[in-house]
Amino acid sequence: MILKVVFLLVSLFTVGSALMVVTHKNLFSSALFLVASFFGVAALYVLLEAEFLAVAQVLIYVGAIATLIIFAIMLTRGMMSGRTSPRNDQAAWAGLASVVLGLVLLYVVVFRVQWPVVEKPVPPDTIEQLGRALVGRYVVPFEVASVLLLAALVGAVLIAREKEV
Amino acid sequence: MDVLKPQIGDWWHALLQGAGLSSGWIVFLDALVITLILLGLGLTSVLFAVWLERKLAARVQDRLGPNRVGPYGLVQTVADALKLLTKEDITPDNAERLSYNLAPGLAVFAVLMLLLVIPFGPGLIGADINVGVLYLVAMGSVGIMAILMAGWSSNNKYALLGGFRAVAQLLSYEIPMILSMSVPVLFAGTMSMEKLVEQQAHGRWFGVVMPAAFFLYFLAALAENERTPFDLLEADSEIVAGYHIEYSGMKFAWFFLAFFLNTLILSAIATTLFLGGWRGPFVEQVPALGIFYFLAKSFVLVFAFMWIRATFPRLRIDQMMAFAWKVMVPTGLVLVLVAAVFVKLPVAPLVRDVLLFLVNVFILLVVAGLVGRHLRLQIKRLSEGAAVVS
Repeated sequence: MILKVVFLLVSLFTVGSALMVVTHKNLFSSALFLVASFFGVAALYVLLEAEFLAVAQVLIYVGAIATLIIFAIMLTRGMMSGRTSPRNDQAAWAGLASVVLGLVLLYVVVFRVQWPVVEKPVPPDTIEQLGRALVGRYVVPFEVASVLLLAALVGAVLIAREKEV
Repeated sequence: MDVLKPQIGDWWHALLQGAGLSSGWIVFLDALVITLILLGLGLTSVLFAVWLERKLAARVQDRLGPNRVGPYGLVQTVADALKLLTKEDITPDNAERLSYNLAPGLAVFAVLMLLLVIPFGPGLIGADINVGVLYLVAMGSVGIMAILMAGWSSNNKYALLGGFRAVAQLLSYEIPMILSMSVPVLFAGTMSMEKLVEQQAHGRWFGVVMPAAFFLYFLAALAENERTPFDLLEADSEIVAGYHIEYSGMKFAWFFLAFFLNTLILSAIATTLFLGGWRGPFVEQVPALGIFYFLAKSFVLVFAFMWIRATFPRLRIDQMMAFAWKVMVPTGLVLVLVAAVFVKLPVAPLVRDVLLFLVNVFILLVVAGLVGRHLRLQIKRLSEGAAVVS
């Protein structure tokens, strides 16, 4: 019972922050609300007993991606000077269309999709199984991702270094 | 509550059930009580830490330190807090209201959340999550966001520059910290903090078996805490006061609080990971001794942090970044490799531990020798009048 209350509160927080991201006038505050919604998603992962995923969500999304977004906002000239309004003349029609689309999608997702429900409880050693999967079955994608990250790192250093005269 | 000693836990549960609450509410109230206890502990220990810092720095500098307010100046921090409370709360003209007011709170939040997974004694842990070590790293990265917000929202060029430099330092030193934290994780085979302490039984502390990893973590923690010799971000002779120029009164007090709380918590983490946590002689018979051992070990490390602050000069930003990326990250990678290889070696545990110790000492000597040689070359080049090439 209390789990349902917690889930409701966390979902309200997440969806509310996400709404504020797209409707707020100030770009920097939108980025902060995005961070709040990331935290909300991490809390949802905790409710689903996927604690590794929750901590990885905070580490990667809040710690790296949100920081990068904020850097990008800060270092782009002119982004912060005006208070841009997210509305224009077609706001009413666009609102109607998106509400209709949203209701249709909700109906399909809730009533028409056969969601697979697994009855087994979550295993307690998810990290070990994750580790084994990463170096056992999925070792090739793992290594390819590492090479990709290395290429990105080298590329970033190359772009950002000072030109030797 | 499987956190406190069984007698208190059972009494508490009996009390709640007698009041007619369902099990869900009991879990919630448990969590609330644990949270309040941890908050209280964390925030009041900062009072002591600030006093310790001032007295220690004073004695090293051959003076007395605060000794007027209360016996030996112990109440000085309370007086400081009251003074900061009553200061005028200035907000700069075009500051971003939301993030300006949020940044100090977020900084303290990021540090307070770390208290949750630290085992203060046998069974005394806020929440023994499976991914405790990763959780610590994640909360560290939340603190970085707070600094970025503070630097930007002050609407001040120098605060922004200070904020960028602070973020650069913190991000750079997070990597050696994660690498050195991976070493005990590899040893114990688990990321849970409680099990990490359990694996360090019989005096087999991870910091003794792998002193290079402990040393690396110590240096990275110095930098993460923005302490001397890495405190150029907020030193008075640097860019005014770094990212908290525009903060006055209680908001500055919160940054101050986050700083000292971070010192205490980083020492506690180092104790848990490397110095055996609450382990010590006779801890199985008298579990309460565990808290005493844990606090003693943490305070030795806190003392070391403050001692270093009172002794060493500061690094420049380019020296600091070069040290992080060129010295600490390769050393960390080598240490993780060594630990991973040695954990799987088919030899007796004692032989493995001795071998690991010798390999660590060897790595430390090699790194020290290389760094020393590089610095000596630099000094020679400087004295010969050539341009400085880092």
